[in-house]
Amino acid sequence: MIKAEHLYKTFHTPHDVHALVDVSAEIKAGEVVVVIGPSGSGKSTFLRSLNCLEEIDSGHIEIDGIEVRHKRTNINKIREEVGMVFQSFNLYPHKTVLQNVTIAQEKVRKRSKKEAEKIGLALLEKVGIADKVNAYPENLSGGQMQRVAIARSLAMNPKIMLFDEPTSALDPEMIGEVLEVMKTLAKEGMTMVVVTHEMGFAREVADRVIFMDFGKIVEVGTPEHFFTNPTHERTKLFLSQIL
Amino acid sequence: MVQKFKSILKEKHHFSWYIGIAVFFLVIIVTLFLILSASKQIDYSWQWYRVPARFFTNEVIKSDTRGEIDSITIEGTTAVIEVKTEDGIETFRVPENELLLKRGDFVAPGTILAESKKLKPGILLQGLGLTLMISLYSSVFGIIIGLFGGLARISKNPGLKWLSTIYVEIIRGSPLLVQILIWYFVIGTLVNDNLSMMGMSKIPPVGWGIISLSIFAGAYVTEIIRGGIESIPKGQMEAARSSGMSYLQAMVHIILPQAFRISMPALTGQFISLIKDSSLLGIISLRELTKASREIVSSTMMTFEFFLILAALYLVITFPLSMFVKHLEQKAKIK
Repeated sequence: MIKAEHLYKTFHTPHDVHALVDVSAEIKAGEVVVVIGPSGSGKSTFLRSLNCLEEIDSGHIEIDGIEVRHKRTNINKIREEVGMVFQSFNLYPHKTVLQNVTIAQEKVRKRSKKEAEKIGLALLEKVGIADKVNAYPENLSGGQMQRVAIARSLAMNPKIMLFDEPTSALDPEMIGEVLEVMKTLAKEGMTMVVVTHEMGFAREVADRVIFMDFGKIVEVGTPEHFFTNPTHERTKLFLSQIL
Repeated sequence: MVQKFKSILKEKHHFSWYIGIAVFFLVIIVTLFLILSASKQIDYSWQWYRVPARFFTNEVIKSDTRGEIDSITIEGTTAVIEVKTEDGIETFRVPENELLLKRGDFVAPGTILAESKKLKPGILLQGLGLTLMISLYSSVFGIIIGLFGGLARISKNPGLKWLSTIYVEIIRGSPLLVQILIWYFVIGTLVNDNLSMMGMSKIPPVGWGIISLSIFAGAYVTEIIRGGIESIPKGQMEAARSSGMSYLQAMVHIILPQAFRISMPALTGQFISLIKDSSLLGIISLRELTKASREIVSSTMMTFEFFLILAALYLVITFPLSMFVKHLEQKAKIK
């Protein structure tokens, strides 16, 4: 479903940071891959490069068989199929919860308002926000906002969902409700790439775990492998700090 | 408003609060007293009673010749006046029911032959109307220019970016009065002469007034809109783009609505400025509020009355707008 080959990315400001160094990964349909690593390790850059929110310097990215960085590829078409959930939710504050979920359906998928609202309401029900459809984001808690954001992405019927530290900005008591939604999604067979610090989630839900450090993929493996006997010293150190 | 005022009066206040109130009224009374006594010193004769006629006036038909009314014949609702002058007979046609003179009366240039019963806006109100009309048009065009200017300013395209930057810097760096002169006397001459050579009608002075103010306001609105767009968190654009929206769609549906809401107080402030700036348009012989007042002053010599009224009229327009700005800012603060 996703194929990334030899990705390179260097940030030049304020000083050179090698965010991605020869990163290659393949993610199959229905797979849940969790990317972990210390901050500044390039895991968010990797995630954001998959739907071209971050422009990489060189490398190949293929999504659903289409070369993302090809000149003739319409990036908007790719992004329709790739949902993204952000650390800071990024709900549209001038739109109601329901409008947040319907706008892209109407403008991008060209669904009628009625159809978009039907799909939106069903998804909001699924993530447990059915009673807040007409509220504005400012009146929601962080956990509720993130669940709306997930529903907003799902409304586009994506083939892939990318999660960029979806629980990092949440109060501890709200993390559970968001992870719950993500677990349901994983069970339903959604292809997911999740950047997170939630090791419990990684252990329970991930099919594979990728550990990144200094822009490189250090180690890839199943959760059992990772949390019982990781190979690399760096991985051991990181896990010992975080667990 | 009244409620608020009452509650202020009910509250218990510190002694200094009452001193402050006293000083407030004292300053106002002393200022008024100084103006009045100073004008008395120079024997200025206030003639406020002559003011209303400049707001509303009866339409009059005046004679432009000297002579004696030879005959008046009624033709339906029209009265035909024949005046015997040194050079022969001259005729005037006036509405029959508004006729003031009778046969045998002498007329001179300026003598009023007929006066309509209906009031029509006087020169001052006409000027006010022109000021409002020009300000309104210029604001609408200014916002349109500023919208595209603002988008160009944040564009990645260097051509658009540089052009819009140069535009903003030139307009904001030179006096509006000079810009008006250039628009009317330089560009206006070039364009109008070419237009008339091609057999087309010229752009009238009011057109050049609106153009110069629109371009001027557009530069400021450009910066307001740019600031508004830049104040929207980057994540909004990312969220919109990652859902498959094009840059344009994301701008139109997600970024600009928020940017406009944030910019509303500044935009209203710009509109207030525009109303005041339109007072410079008299230089290209547009009879807006200020020019109208100057003309009244030079014909009536009622300098004090009409310049004070002039200031008051601008205040009457701008005050509600600045109240509106306050209201918007208050609302933004609560959110």
